[in-house]
Amino acid sequence: MARSVTPRRKILFTLAAWSVALLIFFPVLWTILTSFKTEASAVASPPQLFTADWTLENYAEVWGRSDYPRFFWNSVVISVGSTLLGLIVAIPAAWAMAFVPGRRTKDLLMWMLSTKMMPAAAVLIPMYLIFQRTGLFDTRFGLVMALMLMNLPVIVWMLYTYFKEIPGEILEAARMDGASLRNEILYVLTPMAVPGIASTMLLNIILAWNEAFWTITLTTTKAAPLSAFIASFSAPQGLFYAKLSAASTMAIAPILILGWFSQKQLVRGLTFGAVK
Amino acid sequence: MKMTLRALLGATVSFTLAGAAMAETTITVATVNNGDMIRMQGLMDDFYAKHPDIKVEWVTLEENVLRQNVTADIATGGGQYDVVTIGTYEVPIWAKQNWLESLNDLPADYDIDDLLPAIRGGLTVDGNLYASPFYGESSFVNYRKDLAEKAGVTIPDAPTWDDIKAAAAAMTDTDAGIYGICLRGKAGWGENMAFLTTMANSYGARWFDENWNPQFDQPEWKAVMTDYVELLTKYGPPGASNNGYNENLTLSLQGKCAMRMDATVSAGSLTDPAQSEFADQVGFALAPDMGLGKRANWLWAWSLAIPASSDAKDAAKTFVNWATNKDYIALVASKEGWRNAPPGTRTSLYANAEYAALPFAKMTIDSINAADPTNPSVKPVPYVGVQFVAIPEFAGLATSVGEIFSAALAGQKSVDDALAEAQALAVSEMTSAGYIK
Repeated sequence: MARSVTPRRKILFTLAAWSVALLIFFPVLWTILTSFKTEASAVASPPQLFTADWTLENYAEVWGRSDYPRFFWNSVVISVGSTLLGLIVAIPAAWAMAFVPGRRTKDLLMWMLSTKMMPAAAVLIPMYLIFQRTGLFDTRFGLVMALMLMNLPVIVWMLYTYFKEIPGEILEAARMDGASLRNEILYVLTPMAVPGIASTMLLNIILAWNEAFWTITLTTTKAAPLSAFIASFSAPQGLFYAKLSAASTMAIAPILILGWFSQKQLVRGLTFGAVK
Repeated sequence: MKMTLRALLGATVSFTLAGAAMAETTITVATVNNGDMIRMQGLMDDFYAKHPDIKVEWVTLEENVLRQNVTADIATGGGQYDVVTIGTYEVPIWAKQNWLESLNDLPADYDIDDLLPAIRGGLTVDGNLYASPFYGESSFVNYRKDLAEKAGVTIPDAPTWDDIKAAAAAMTDTDAGIYGICLRGKAGWGENMAFLTTMANSYGARWFDENWNPQFDQPEWKAVMTDYVELLTKYGPPGASNNGYNENLTLSLQGKCAMRMDATVSAGSLTDPAQSEFADQVGFALAPDMGLGKRANWLWAWSLAIPASSDAKDAAKTFVNWATNKDYIALVASKEGWRNAPPGTRTSLYANAEYAALPFAKMTIDSINAADPTNPSVKPVPYVGVQFVAIPEFAGLATSVGEIFSAALAGQKSVDDALAEAQALAVSEMTSAGYIK
C-alpha cells in the first residue's frame, strides 16, 4: 500500500530537491556570472557573486583571440559522429546480449564496463603512437573512432537494459511472420526502443562533448574541439579567471541548451528499468 | 592548334611551378597562455608582412598540458609541432636526448651575444644554443612602501632573511586583512618547490650531495622548513598552503600582501595602475640571503625551441628569430609601451634609458645576474639548475616532496616528519633511477 504524501512532506522534499539542484548547478552559475565580470572582480576577496561592473569584454576578447566556430564545429562532428557510429555497432551487440544470451554474456558485459575503469593516462603512449603511425592524429575521424570505442561500453549497457524490457515474444512473432534478422532489428526492435536509443544518444553526445583528456592530447590545430578551446585560456601566471569563464560558458552553452530541451528523454532514459 | 595547346600546356606548367615556389609553409607553434605570448599573437601582422610565405598556426595550452603533449610528441618523433615553448628545466634534458635543433645558425641580426649571459647559459648545452629566450625572469621581493613606512621598517635593497622576518612581523595587521608575507605554498615542482629550493640555496641546503644522496636529513633543511612554516603560519594569509603564483599575485594586487617573494615578471602587473590600486606604492628588493653568499632568487626563461622532428625547420627558425629578436622587443615597445616589452632576455633592453627608468628594471636585471645555475647552492652540487635539478626525475620527485611540505605548512604533519618522509622518498626514487648505487 502506497504511503500518502502529506503537504508538509511534499514541501520538505521539494525544498530538498531544489537545494540539491542548486548545489549541483552552483559551479556552472558561478562560471557564467564570472564570465561577465572584470578580471579584478573575478578574484575579489572575499568572493562576490554579483558585481557592479558587469562587462562583455571577456567574450569579445575570447572571440577575437580564437576561432570559436572551428572548435565548435569540431565538437559537433566528433560528438555526433562518435555517437551515431557507436549506436550502429551497439544496437546489434545489445540485441544479441538481450535476446540470445550465452553463458558468458554477463561476464562479457562486466568486462566491457571494466575497460572504463582504466585510467586514460595508462594507455597514453600506445594511443599516441597508434594515432601518429596511422595518420589519425589531429583528425576528426580519429577522435570519432577513439570516443566511439571509449563510450561503447556505456552505450551497449544502456541499450541492453532497454532491450531487456522488450518482450522477446514480439520479436518471435516477427520472425514467425518471416522477418529477417535485419528487418527484425530495424523495423520491430528499433522503433520500440526509440526512447531508450534517444536517451542513450543524448547521454553519449554529452559524454563525448565533455571529454577532455583525449581530445586535447590527440589534437593540435585541425581537429581540436571546445575542450582544447577552454584549455587555451587557462594559465599558470596572470589573471585569467574571467576570460576562462567566458570560454567555458561558450563551450558548455550548446550542450546545456541541448540538455535543457531533452531533459525529459534524458531523465526517462537514465531511470528506465530502475523501478519495477 | 598544336601551338595553342603547347602554349596552354606551357602556361599551366609555369603557373604550377610558380605556385609551388610561392607555396605557403605552415608551422605549428605550441605555447602557454600568458600575457607576453598572447601579445605576440596579436602582433603577427608584422611577421606576415615580412614573411608572407609562412603561415603560423597556434596551439595554446595550460603549462602542464602543454608540457605533457609536447613531451609525448617529441619523445615519439611525432613532428606535430615546429616551434615549442619550453622552460629552462626542459632545455638541457631534451638537448641531451637530441630532441632539439641547435639554434647556432640563426642570422647575424639575431645578435646572440646580446642575450643575458645567465639566461643564455641556461639554454646552452655543450656550447650550442638550443632555445631562444622569449622572456626571462628571476625572483625578488615586492612590498608596499606605505605599509613599511607605517610600520617603521626599512627593507634594504639587498635584505637578509632576518630583515624579511622582522618586516613581516612589523607589517602584519590581520584585523585590517594585511598579511606580512605571501610565499608560494601550493604543492608542485614549479610552485612551492621552486620557492623552497631557492630558499634552501640561500640557507646552505641542497637537494643532493656530490654523490646524489638526498639531503633533507641535514640541519640546513630543518632550518629552511622551520622558518618557512613559521613565517607563513604567523604572518601569512589564511590557507597559505593553497596559494601559488596567481593567488599571491591577486592578494598583492589587492594590497593584502605587505610583502611577497615571487617572479620578477609580475612587476609589470604590480606597477600597472589599471591592475593594482597600490601601483605607486610598490617597492622592490633583491631576494634575501643568510650572509652565506647565495640569495634566494631563481632563474627561468620561457623560450622557443625547434623539435628535431619538425619538417619545417627553416620556417621555424625564421619565426624564432622574429619573435626573440631585438626588433620584436622594439615592436612591442612601440605598440604597447616599454613596460610591456618581454623582460629578462637581452642586455640591450636594460641599456635602453626608457626601459631602465621603469621602477623594476634594475632590480630585475640584478636578480637575474645574481642567479648561477651551475653553482646554485653554498655547497657543491652535482646538478645544474637554481630552483630545479635538471634531471628527468626531478619534476615527479619534487611534486611529491612539494605535497609533503605543503601538508606540513597546512599543519597536517610536523616539520620533522615531513623532512623524514621527503628524505625516504628521495632516497627511494634516486636509488630506483640508478643515481645511488
